Amino acid sequence: MPSLIREFFDGATTFLERAGRIARFGLQVLAATPGTVLRVRPVIEQVYNTGALSLVIIMTCGLFVGMVLGLQGYEMLNRVGSEEYLGTAAALSLLKELGPVVTALLFAGRAGTALAAEIGLMRATDQIAALEIMAVDPMKRVVVPRFLGGVIAMPLLTATFIAIGIFGAQLIGVQFFGIDQGSFWSQIRGTVELADVGEGLIKGAVFGVACSLIAVYEGYHAVPTAEGVGRATTRTVVVSAVVTLVLDYMLTALML
Amino acid sequence: MRPSRTIDISTGLFVLLGFAAILFLVTQITNREFTLNSTSYRLRADFENIGGLKAGAPVSMAGVTVGRVENIQYDQKLYKAVVTLRIDGRYDEIPNDSDASIFTAGLLGGQYVGISPGGAEEYFKDGQKIEFVQDAVVLENLISKYLFNQASKESSAAEPASAAQE
Repeated sequence: MPSLIREFFDGATTFLERAGRIARFGLQVLAATPGTVLRVRPVIEQVYNTGALSLVIIMTCGLFVGMVLGLQGYEMLNRVGSEEYLGTAAALSLLKELGPVVTALLFAGRAGTALAAEIGLMRATDQIAALEIMAVDPMKRVVVPRFLGGVIAMPLLTATFIAIGIFGAQLIGVQFFGIDQGSFWSQIRGTVELADVGEGLIKGAVFGVACSLIAVYEGYHAVPTAEGVGRATTRTVVVSAVVTLVLDYMLTALML
Repeated sequence: MRPSRTIDISTGLFVLLGFAAILFLVTQITNREFTLNSTSYRLRADFENIGGLKAGAPVSMAGVTVGRVENIQYDQKLYKAVVTLRIDGRYDEIPNDSDASIFTAGLLGGQYVGISPGGAEEYFKDGQKIEFVQDAVVLENLISKYLFNQASKESSAAEPASAAQE
């Protein structure tokens, strides 16, 4: 029994230690950022890597999430006889909740793993050591552009996801179930406030910072072996998902 | 690494798409029916009871939304709710003896201000007050009135009987 308690205690300490290290790493990244902003080229490349290459999966998933919202929402609202609220229900749930969260989870799976694996492999093949030997700061050359690329890409991906999702809900609600097009859109316009759009974009931006930071941290601190890189990649997804959902609760409570 | 031109173009397309999505969300989804432009004007109406009316609620004439409730305040001197209405500049020919009432949209819907036109030759100008108003109908008041009527009917029906006995 004491060993179980000690194990739990050890686990808690490791968790705290890890959180502290990620936070400190975040500060280091922020400190290195001003020197890198002037060099736009690498950042653009990373926006391409994390953003443009994630676009297809984001759009596909957005369409299907929206279509499922259309089906489920219609089925549920039909029971109480108020199908015309489908647009509002779909738009609000996409804007406030599903859009940012699902985008962040997909982003961690598609772009975060790529970042972690790339940096981890650079570490494993001594490329980062080589940069250090050449007196090039790997933080500025490798980490910061990738982090910034993710931070720029996430809100844009979130907005795309939400827009496509609403289109998907419209596809099911209006084209398939025959809700009146005018009432669908006017219900949305009548209830959605500018603050709701803001909430979605703020959440997207915060998740973008968190997921990008976790990805570059895990990659940068990967054990320089094939196994270590694999583990870093796995941890990126797991930690990103947990942090996203916890942050989501906090942000929702904050902006309610 | 791919040629940098391709990367630039696809990054540009991606960023453009993202901003187009944000623009779509901000302009098409949200409630921007009445941008508060310079042609719109304000009217004031004092109600005894506004029920559940909220700032931002529509102001309608004949069912068409012509403006929004801009502001609601309680006047301590008048003991009334002072409601400021913002009317779209297109609708500048509302007779100045028109009356404002607070209605409920549907059975459970939100409340709105309905203006029914009067017959005056002159029109409302910016800052004028709507003199004829009708308060919100509070459901509890209706029910208590109904119950009170029932009770008084019963007691008046019972009274002659007791008087006859005497």
